[in-house]
Amino acid sequence: MAVLAQAEAGEIAARLRNLALPAHQDLRAPESGLVMLRGRVGGDGAPFNLGEATVSRAAVRLASGEVGFGYTLGRDGDKARLIALCDALVQSRDHGGAVERGVIAPLREQLMIRRKQAAVETAATKVDFYTMVRGEG
Amino acid sequence: MYVAVKGGERAIENAHRLLAHKRRGDQSVPEVTLDQISEQLGLAVDRVMSEGSLYDRELAALAIKQARGDLIEAIFLVRAFRATLPRFGASEPVDTGAMRVQRRVSSTFKDIPGGQILGPTFDYTHRLLDPSLAEGFVPDAPATAEASTAPTPRVTDILGRDGLIEPSPRADDGAPVGDLTREPLNFPADRDLRLQNLARGDEGFLLAMGYSTQRGYGRNHPFAGEIRFGEVEVEFIAEDAGFAVPLGSIELTECQMVNQFKGSATEAPCFTRGYGLAFGQSERKTMSMALVDRALRARELGEEALAPAQDEEFVMSHSDNVQATGFVEHLKLPHYVDFQSELGLLRKLRQEFADANAPDAMKEAAE
Repeated sequence: MAVLAQAEAGEIAARLRNLALPAHQDLRAPESGLVMLRGRVGGDGAPFNLGEATVSRAAVRLASGEVGFGYTLGRDGDKARLIALCDALVQSRDHGGAVERGVIAPLREQLMIRRKQAAVETAATKVDFYTMVRGEG
Repeated sequence: MYVAVKGGERAIENAHRLLAHKRRGDQSVPEVTLDQISEQLGLAVDRVMSEGSLYDRELAALAIKQARGDLIEAIFLVRAFRATLPRFGASEPVDTGAMRVQRRVSSTFKDIPGGQILGPTFDYTHRLLDPSLAEGFVPDAPATAEASTAPTPRVTDILGRDGLIEPSPRADDGAPVGDLTREPLNFPADRDLRLQNLARGDEGFLLAMGYSTQRGYGRNHPFAGEIRFGEVEVEFIAEDAGFAVPLGSIELTECQMVNQFKGSATEAPCFTRGYGLAFGQSERKTMSMALVDRALRARELGEEALAPAQDEEFVMSHSDNVQATGFVEHLKLPHYVDFQSELGLLRKLRQEFADANAPDAMKEAAE
């Protein structure tokens, strides 16, 4: 689900359209709210409240009974519903494999490419120290 | 007696209409889009998210547009918006040690594991205006180099292994975390509340307070142990799902200030620390925050608290720019009745003064 939270709603929807989806219904209609984000004193100490973030959530139930939950940063309720649908589908014996292969795996690959690109660009700004020797030893 | 004075509705309506017109500016110039603000004025968006205390790039960009670039007005808009949404709960504390680092520098150790990574920074630029940016500038593609898989531990963790720096204060995971948006502030305030207050505090105020400690008003001899900026994952324990769900990732800046050491007859001397954390790339903010956080620990560390930056009631009561601007700017709202009563009193006092200081001749004549 971490991969889906990082993707755009349109990307998830486009890949889901290629699959034959079973009947499903909203268990919790998409809604937006806030989550208080916490940090830790000194990075590793006692928690403190840093500030809030907008979060959307939804829950979907397949006709076969599996229940999926979708949570994501932002105010895109459709994205939360799509994540919930994927979460329900991966639990289903009939659809789990197809969703993993057709939706999650390609999105994971895209995410890895984006992160790799950011990492190589960052790496180029790493300082190589060298020592200047002056005078005669 | 209370007398209500009505009027001005049409003037207000027309003023807002004029504001909308002014905000748009010359209509032959293309309108600025939220994507443009988010992508090209990214640090303004970061500041509005930090001080608006709401992580949502799109809303912050909208606020900046609506406020005509007045960042404090934009922060006000974001704060007002957050009051309209229900709160689902609190996230698990983020792990800045696991950050996907885009920038990470230490001014205390040259050879830190993971290295000094400059990332996108204004540091070392010559601060000369660049006319090529005025129009049609296309930047070169970023340079690339093989990415290291070496971990980038926090500098404070490295110092901590040898006991050279004080450990971070611990708390039980179940212990309540203070929230100044829910409970009124009481003094003395614990460090969790102080950090929450500083995290949403005005950058300019914190900068001045931090600077004052450097100039000697509560000196605490700081080193920038580490500044890091990058992405961290956010997890939330969802009650309906019953387990921790990933929400996505956010960008944060963290500053670990390493400060003058202290020790006692029973404790070996070690460095003390101040901490800064803020949304987005907010380096000046987190450095200032860390200086002020350390200054506010004066009492805890047995130091004399004489300077403004060490006075938590002073700092915490004046750091919030929405509160501050509300009180300062309310002075321009009608105070006609207040002022009339002052005017009446002043006229009476002046009459008494004039009577008391009248020329002697007049007094004698009167007698």
